[in-house]
Amino acid sequence: MSPRKIWAVAWKELIQAARDPLSLAMLLGVPTMMLLLYGYALSFDVRHIRLAVQDLDKSAASRDLVTAFTNNEYFTEVADLPAGADLQRLTERRQAKAVLVIPEGTGDRLAEGRPAPIQLLVDGADANTASSVMGYAAAIVAAANTARTAEAGGRIELAPLAYEPRVWYNPELDSTHFLVPGLIGFILMLTAVLSTALSVVREKERGTMEQLRVTSLKPGELIVGKILPYLGISLTATGLILLAARYLFGVAVRGPYLDLFVATLIYLIGALAFGLLISSLVDSQAIAFQVGSLGSMLPAIFLSGFIFPIRSMPAVLQAITYVVPARYFNVVLRGVILKGAGLGVYLKDVLFLTIYATVMMTLAWIRLSRKEV
Amino acid sequence: MHELLAVIKKELQQLRRDKKVIPAMVLGPIIQLLALGYAANLDVLNVPLLLVDQDRSEASRDLVDRFLASGYFELVGTEDSPEGIDPWLLDSRAQLALVIGPEYGEKLATGRRPEVQVIADGTDSNSAGLGLGYASRILASVGMEIRQASLGAGRPALRAMPRIGTYDLVPRIWYNPDLKTRWFYVPAILAMVLLLVTMILPSVAVVREKEIGTLEQLIVTPLRPWQLILGKLMPFVAVGMVDLLVVTALAVFLFKVPLRGSLFLLIALSFLFILVTLGLGLLVSTLVRTQQQAMGFCVYLLMVPMIYLSGLIFPIENMPHGFQIATYIIPVRYYANILRGIFLRGSGIDVLWPDALVLLGMGVGVLGMAVLRFRKTLE
Repeated sequence: MSPRKIWAVAWKELIQAARDPLSLAMLLGVPTMMLLLYGYALSFDVRHIRLAVQDLDKSAASRDLVTAFTNNEYFTEVADLPAGADLQRLTERRQAKAVLVIPEGTGDRLAEGRPAPIQLLVDGADANTASSVMGYAAAIVAAANTARTAEAGGRIELAPLAYEPRVWYNPELDSTHFLVPGLIGFILMLTAVLSTALSVVREKERGTMEQLRVTSLKPGELIVGKILPYLGISLTATGLILLAARYLFGVAVRGPYLDLFVATLIYLIGALAFGLLISSLVDSQAIAFQVGSLGSMLPAIFLSGFIFPIRSMPAVLQAITYVVPARYFNVVLRGVILKGAGLGVYLKDVLFLTIYATVMMTLAWIRLSRKEV
Repeated sequence: MHELLAVIKKELQQLRRDKKVIPAMVLGPIIQLLALGYAANLDVLNVPLLLVDQDRSEASRDLVDRFLASGYFELVGTEDSPEGIDPWLLDSRAQLALVIGPEYGEKLATGRRPEVQVIADGTDSNSAGLGLGYASRILASVGMEIRQASLGAGRPALRAMPRIGTYDLVPRIWYNPDLKTRWFYVPAILAMVLLLVTMILPSVAVVREKEIGTLEQLIVTPLRPWQLILGKLMPFVAVGMVDLLVVTALAVFLFKVPLRGSLFLLIALSFLFILVTLGLGLLVSTLVRTQQQAMGFCVYLLMVPMIYLSGLIFPIENMPHGFQIATYIIPVRYYANILRGIFLRGSGIDVLWPDALVLLGMGVGVLGMAVLRFRKTLE
């Protein structure tokens, strides 16, 4: 390996990348777009649920309950329904996500010291939102009951058990904190794979690959030279994403930066080598683009625990996730960024990332050493 | 008509000869379907639970049994003191830790309210929220039983209390009583498949003719522009329809998602959506020069933002206000309403007509604009 030759390839590659504004725009534009989308727009945190109210009792007690429901950021009252309204039609038209039905006689039942059934009808088409709706409603009703008991001068009858929930690392249970580290793994995988996947094919398409072959360049030098510039670009991108995460979305890195850097480096080498491998297998940029984006995007979104928990997948898919590098990288990212841990805790994950990078490098080297490529 | 058929035939032949397009058209959708159908699941079961039982009494064991018997939790380990929790949560071997204090049984017996601590790893906010929800429900029902038992035993202090009426919440869930998240995601695949097959692929196909230079050859034939456009687009509509039926069949028979509304309505309204996607694809083909540009444009500037901002995966209600308004110009938003309406809510045209009307308007507008631009390119 000659550093001078590697540098020559890397420099050539960098110039070529700079001259291809479209690819460059894609490599920079896509991450920016994803980051803004996930940071600002996308969230699983359910707020301002459209609630329709059908108060058939119209007593002080029923009005209290309606106030308890709507006097917070979780529910917003969108309709006050008369008796006999078609409740299902209302949710079917998506005018309301939930309907609170307070039956006639609620006030009387409460005054007599009897339990008063209150119905909450929930549109379950979006199961995740519906679960949140039920959770909020249960909490609101429990609080209202405690308040009633206290007001009535009765001793507040405490539950025999004191339940103390504590949340570590993300006490507000903010889904942005969950999504942003995973997003870094996803963006890096996509851009790193695409950048190298296109780079060798481009030379093949233009016929410059033969020119490279007749030089005294060894495959190893070609690979390192091709990887280096994109490694630099991707690491810079990582820094920018971390800055954005810190200052735009309030997700700060709690662990050591050096550990984050080391893990990112190993992950990127694996991804860039995977891109080279794709590049050595296909003949056109269009195909390289498709294979590269599908091969990196699908596993990085669906099989990495980025959004959907791996534990909830069927056993076969869980088994497949073990060969998805983003799976390990996400563990490390969340650990270092959110939990403030160092790599010492995640040695196993780092080991898998290293194995992945080594295997990909070797495969790319074998393919690119072949004469006919 | 004769000329039109000739173009369609040519286009189909080209599709068949291009060995790499067929896998993209068939395999792509199927992989997406399987990935989304099997992996896209926010339901949380078997939350890995770490137990810190400092009491080790009969009462504490009862409580642990209740947690494990619920089916939501899976015991992954035990620690003797709360100090031992850290490493378990750090490397995600456990997501929840149940901490039962040293005098739990004794306090319970003497009515001194023992504390039960549940510590969650909040990193995965969604799972953590659900896990804590399960835990609080279990503790509430255990508490209720203990109270009833003590009432039965006739503890005078409790019996003498005045009875105070309380609200009793009875939730009822429509359309998806078991709250399966899969039912929410699987219909979304139809939209993604149609975007791929009827927007990206035709766009790339048209640009390819530009690149190869065969578009000029077609122009000098006596073909009229509308015949050329229709002939080029028709095969993709056909493939899109086949994909639609295949994905629907898989959704219903493999993933057991109910199709409560009419299949005919689904097909009819999908046609309206296809008008929009074809229009967008054709429009892109008039704006770019190379296949790669067409693909980049379609995937990153159209498909990705449209999928994310349409409510297909992330609910629109959770977005900030500005983004919510922006979603109104995204055609997939209306198609998502139609898909979930027909599949899950069993809605008919009486409910879905506003969405259908918007799609029709968008389709005519976008397709019209695309055809005009395309004709200009031809001339």
